[in-house]
Formats: sequence, structure tokens, C-alpha cells
Amino acid sequence: MAISFTLNGKSQSVDVSPDMPLLWVLRDTLNMTGTKFGCGMALCGACTVHINGEATRSCITPISSVAGKKVTTIEGLSADGSHPVQQAWMEEDVPQCGYCQSGQIMSAVALLSKKPNPTDADIDDAMSGNICRCGTYQRIRKAIHPWQLFPL
Amino acid sequence: MATVSVVNRRDFLKKGAAGGAALVIGFHLTSSAFGDQAKDQEEKTPNPFEAWVRITPDNRVTLILGKSEMGQGIMTALPMILADELCVDWKQVKVQQAPTNPKVYDLGTGGSGSVAGSWLPLRRAGAAAREMLVAAAAKQWEVSPDTCKAQDGRVIHGHPQRSLSYGQLVEAASKLPIPNLNTVPLKNSDDFTVVGHDTRRFEGRDKATGGAKFGIDSRVPGMLFAVVARCPVFGGKLASFDATKAKAVPGVRDVIPFETSGRGASTTGGVAVLADNSWAAIQGRNALEVKWEEGPAAKESTAELQKQFLANAAKPGRVLRNEGDADSAFSSSPKKIEAVYELPFAPHACMEPMNCTVQIRPDGAEAWVPTQAPQWAQGVIAEASKLPPEKVIVHTTLMGGGFGRRYQADFVMEAAQVAAKIAGKPVMVLWTREDDMQHGFYRPASYHKMQGALDASGNLAAWKHFQSSTSIAAKWSEKGQDDPGLGEFGTGATIPYITPNLRLEYALAESSVPRAWWRSVEHSSSGFVVESFIDELAAAAGQDPLAFRLKLIGGDRKIPRFGEEKATPLDTARLKGVLQLAAEKAGWGKPLPKGVGRGIATFFSFNSYTAAVAEASVKDGAVKLHRLVYAVDCGRPINPDGIRAQVESAAIYGLSAALHDAITIKDGRVEQSNFHDYQMPRISETPKTEVHVVMSKEDPTGIGEPGLPVVAPAMCNAIFAATGKRVRRLPIRNEDLA
Repeated sequence: MAISFTLNGKSQSVDVSPDMPLLWVLRDTLNMTGTKFGCGMALCGACTVHINGEATRSCITPISSVAGKKVTTIEGLSADGSHPVQQAWMEEDVPQCGYCQSGQIMSAVALLSKKPNPTDADIDDAMSGNICRCGTYQRIRKAIHPWQLFPL
Repeated sequence: MATVSVVNRRDFLKKGAAGGAALVIGFHLTSSAFGDQAKDQEEKTPNPFEAWVRITPDNRVTLILGKSEMGQGIMTALPMILADELCVDWKQVKVQQAPTNPKVYDLGTGGSGSVAGSWLPLRRAGAAAREMLVAAAAKQWEVSPDTCKAQDGRVIHGHPQRSLSYGQLVEAASKLPIPNLNTVPLKNSDDFTVVGHDTRRFEGRDKATGGAKFGIDSRVPGMLFAVVARCPVFGGKLASFDATKAKAVPGVRDVIPFETSGRGASTTGGVAVLADNSWAAIQGRNALEVKWEEGPAAKESTAELQKQFLANAAKPGRVLRNEGDADSAFSSSPKKIEAVYELPFAPHACMEPMNCTVQIRPDGAEAWVPTQAPQWAQGVIAEASKLPPEKVIVHTTLMGGGFGRRYQADFVMEAAQVAAKIAGKPVMVLWTREDDMQHGFYRPASYHKMQGALDASGNLAAWKHFQSSTSIAAKWSEKGQDDPGLGEFGTGATIPYITPNLRLEYALAESSVPRAWWRSVEHSSSGFVVESFIDELAAAAGQDPLAFRLKLIGGDRKIPRFGEEKATPLDTARLKGVLQLAAEKAGWGKPLPKGVGRGIATFFSFNSYTAAVAEASVKDGAVKLHRLVYAVDCGRPINPDGIRAQVESAAIYGLSAALHDAITIKDGRVEQSNFHDYQMPRISETPKTEVHVVMSKEDPTGIGEPGLPVVAPAMCNAIFAATGKRVRRLPIRNEDLA
């Protein structure tokens, strides 16, 4: 049965098993590979997307629960990397291997949309669900902080 | 688009030399991943080439070489070196993965050796191209080449100035003889405009937009996704399986048993569930009914390994190094201490789980592999497909972390075996996180009995280091081929501290757990043990830990590496340099808030010198690392900010080893499975990290790994300074702090 939702501003319909997680629908059905598989248990944050603006772990989100909702993935932030958080990521040269960074950026954007001036504690709270094995955390913190000056 | 694309050997040679429209210079990097051996290789005939510079009429410069990007920044640092000699904007240089060539032994990326091993070859290739372009312009203008100058991708001459772009000169230059790469004049290092300047990562945009393609993102028309059921016990074999329920899962296409064997196999194979998508494959595997013959390893456990360590330590080990008489010096010294240090198995835990996509056709095979060792991958696929290696094209993709794990070919072997059984169809074998955690190649577990003695004036009278470990060499070498002991010490076998009586002993502990190269390899263990124990001796001598180290390192000299005669010696002046720099920047000796202690450690690895000062406290029974101040000397810095990034990264990897990393074994299987029972540091645990890079003029050396070995000892020495408690086993347990 087809399930319809809004994906990066466009309507999208998929005919897959209703319990298939959004992560695999994005990656394997729609070939949108910017959202990453890391753990499959909502433990690492690599699969983070926004559903109706909330940072959500797509690896445990059944596609059936997404019906009628608005999904934003890393590809939907900007077509060209011009989103201010992506710009900050480039400016601070945050990524190393880069694998977790889609998820990191999606968590950071969700945080900043609610708290444009996050404290260090806010950053710890919002970003602690995102693991980076390269340990880019210090630069992530730095990339999030300057946006206190620039409302999104 | 800054993606890694792959050129097929024929293609780029055709587009290069045969068309006459490109200037192509082939050169030789090194047949080894490791910088030290690069020097030996220089003497050999550089043929066949495994690296090329190609300049085309559109002014593009392409650097084609077999180095893989896993986050360490070689797609940035290597073009910077080339661009400086070639006098072009480094962003004009695009890196392409070289095609694998079965005639070349290895194109691997590891051992922190890419920059060290490429520095001189890249400069020579860049200089040769520059000389040819200048000569072509001089010829066209009918002037002496000495009166022309290369600058910003052009050759310029005279007043009023005239100029030609490299693109305009390519055709003429390509007809000139290539200068001798060993004698071509190189730029004066004072004239470097790219090397030594902070430079942002080449592929940074792709990694901030989701556009970067990792192995797991490979998509080939008609591909299937496979997830493999493996025996949870190391070495166990498939007994029987029933695919009925697995095949009933929607989307599952096939269930195929396969075997793997030989060098590089980590399991004996398993049962692959193939499906239209990864999710269906995972569900299919969950539904699969399978029985295993667990084999003898089912009796193994961490507790049993501990018994082996204790039994080994109760008797003398095999003597690896013996100078003076450590035993009698120890017994006759007025002050002596003994301590036992322990480290567990540690997993790589790359964020991108292992995966490999292979398609085998009758006339050739193609594979998309996130690998540090494409050559090995090629060999493994050739064997599985029964094709000659030259018929196997390996596309090396970006890697979501490597850290040594992706030097292995076990996941390639699995994909190749499955692909061979479904002739023609492409298949990705995808590992889940649980697979990755439980079927890795772990940093060896080790047990160290240390004995140290001080003479009346507080000098080191004796140093005795007994180690028992599940050695890497014992896992990989033919019996008697490699020493399964000395390699376990790394530069821990060449301590910089002067002592007349030194003894190293080793005893192998048997284990079925696969071991291999984990970020910084044996230095991660040796650094912790040597730098913690020297701190204990400093305390026993009643001396400041920094002053004690500096005193025992003594005068400026070069210490040959024990057992590695060809390796670069340890330069004590540089070691003292980083110790003093880190101490100065950290404010060594200055007051700290109550409850916070300061610890220092230094280590020499991958020909680089590292020191770190940690500030830590223990609160509510748990340790907190507040600040980490590094000084690193890795020779001439190519991209200083890239170096800082690598050290910041090694700091967190080292912190992971200090705080969390432990793989434990029960009933022959790994007890941990995912990030709930195997924790990694989070942003909230990250200390403020400062990295001070020595602006050396020595040749560049490694930096991907050397930041790691000092983290745990600096931190544990800081805990001692704060609390008086010595932590002698990793990961740090709260009960050891109480």
C-alpha cells in the first residue's frame, strides 16, 4: 500500500512494507544516501532527519508513522550547501571522515531552530545523541556557537 | 563535485599520453604504506608507476595515486605538496584514485605514512612538470628557460610581461623529455606558498551536504543487498540452516551459504540473506534458522585470558632485550617499585559499518570498496571469481572511518564469495553494527609487569618490562617468520629514559580473537604503560614528573630503534622540545582549581613526537577530563590545521580507550553488540583540546595516529596528581578511583 508524505518540500509516495524504517526507504528505495546507517537502534544519531521539524532517528521510525508528515533530510537543507549551519561546518572544517556529519548537522539545525543562542549545556543535551568516531566534537561546538550572532 | 572517481588504467593513459593533449608524468611513491620504508624504495627502479600527474589543456591538474581518504585529509595534504612545486592553486589539483595494479605489491593507506611517503616523490613530480612547462614556454618565445618563471599556473617572462597558461603549454611540454626525478631542482623551502598554510578540507563541502559517497552509498543498477549470519564464536562453522522463514520475508530473494578461508578471513563464512533492500535482508537474517558448530574457541573468555596472563607472568618470559643486569640492579637498589598494567581488546567501531559491493561477470569483476588496501581487495576478489587480478576493477570509495579496520579484506572476501554464487548480479554485503562489534579485528589485550629501580640520586637504575599479550604477529605471520614479541612493544622497546640495566621479556597468550592494527597499534598500549610507570618512578623519586623525564632523557642524541635498524632513530632534542612546549602552553606548575590534577606524557611513534598535558578531576566517583594541551612535532607541517584536526581526533579516540573501550569475551564470543553496551565518548565528555604544532623544517612524518598514545597516561597521571590514586588498567573503572 502506498504511503505518502512530504520529502524536502515535495510530495512523495512509496509502496513498501509499512514497518520498513524511514532510513531504509530513503537510502534503498529512494537512493537518497545522505542520511546514514550507523547502529539501527537510535543510539548514534547518524540517521537523524527532521519530521515536522523535530530531530528524529530515522532508523527506528516506521514509514507508516511518517504518512502525511513533513520530512527533511540533509539533501533538503539546501541544494548547494548554502544553509548557514552547513556553511559553519565548512568554515570550521568540522568533518573528518564525514560519515556522521549529516546527522550532526540535522541535530544542530533542529537545536538552533528552537534555541538560536544555545548554551554549552544546550549543545551537550541536543548533540549527545550523535556519535563521532573521529572526535570532531570540539569543532562541532565551535560551529554551532557563532550562530548566536546570526538568527536563522 | 569533489568525489573520488576512479580511472581505469587504459582510460587515463589513452586520455593522457596517446592523445598528446596532456602532460603526464608517472612516478613512484612507495610500495609500502609506511613512511620509513619509503627511503629504501627510492633506490629501486620506479617501474611500474603507481602515481601520475596529468595536466590537461583546460588547466586542470590531476593527481592519480593509490591513497584512500578516511578522514585523515590526504585529499588535501597531498595536492598541497604537488601544487607548491608546480606553482598552481592547490584547488586546481584533483585527486583520483589510481587503478589497482597487480604488478605493484601494495597501494595501502596506513601506518600514518601517506604524507611521509609522498613528500619527496610529489615534490619531484611537481618540479619535473614545472620544468617541462617552463622549457616549453622558453622554446616558444625563443628565450632561455632561466629567464622564465612559473607562477599561479602560468609561465611568465620579461617586461612588459608575457605569459602562457599551463593548459596552453601542455601539448608542447608533453613532447619534451621528462627530467630525471632524482635530480630535478626543487623549490627552496623558504619559497613555499601552499605548504605550511592552514587549508580547509578538499571534500569538506560534500561532507556537509550529504553528497559525499561512501562505500555504503554505492548503488549499481540491479544490485541486491545481503546481510550475513555468522557463527558468534570465533572459528565456528555452519552446521545447518533452514531458509524457509527467511525466504518468507517480503523482499528476500535468496539465501546462500558460503565459506571463506585463507589469509584475511575473519570468519569461516556464513549464510547470506539477499534482498531488494537492506531492511528486508536484516529482517530475513533475523528470521533465518541456523545452527553452528561452535568449535574449541567456545571455551574462551576474558576470565580465562586473565588466568593465562597471570600464569605467564609467574615465570620468566622470552628475553627480547637485555642490557646490563636488571635483576641484580633491581634487588640491590634502595628504591624500587613494581606495578601491573592491563589493557583490553579494543574495537575500531568505524561509524560506517563494513560493506563491500561486488559484481562478477564472466569477463571481469568490478567492486566498490571502502578500503585502505585496494590491492588486497583486488586479490581476494580475483581468487573468489577465479579471474586474473587485472580483470578485477576496484573502485576505492570514501571511508566512514578506517583506523586500521579497513586494512582488512574479510568483508571483501564475504562479498566476493556471495557475488561469485549469483553470477552477474551486483551485491552489497552490508554489516550491521552488531556484526561490526562482534566480528572485528581487535587491538590486542595485554598484561604488563613493570619493575623499576632508582639509585641514591634518583636516576633510573633498572627498567624491566614483562609483557604478555595476544599478539598481532601471532595472528598474521607464518610460524617463525615474524617475532611475536618485539612488535608488541613498538617504540616501548626503545624508551628514551637512560638506564644502565634494561630488560624486556615477552610471553604470548593464546586466543582465537582476531587481532590487528588499531589506531596507533602497539603504541596505544606501550604509551600507557611506559608513560604511567615513569610517572610512578618520578613520584617514588619525589621529583616533578616533567623535570624527572627531562633529566632521564638527558642530552641531545639520536637513539637507534631497538630491533629496527633501518628505522629513523629517536631524536631526544625533539622529544624534549614537545615536552617543554606542552608544559609551557599548559602552564605546568601553575595553580589549578581545587580537586583538579595535572598529568603529562610523551611518546614517539610513526617518527613523530607528541606530548600532552591533561587536567582531570574525580567527582562523584567518576573522572572528568577538563583540558588537554598537546605539542606535536611531525616534521614540516603541510597543513597545520589538518594536523590539529588529526590530533584532536586522536585525543578523542584515546579518550575512548581510557574511558570506555573494552571488548570482553564470554563463551568464545564478544559480549558487546551496539552503542548501548559499548559506549563511545560524546560531545559532553570532550575536553578543551589545544594542539600546538612545532614548525619544524625536518621532513614530514606521521600524524594520523601519534596523538593517541599519550592520552590515557596523561589523564591517569592527572588523576594521580588530583587524588593520589594510580590507575593501572584501562578502561578507567570507578572502583579504581575510590
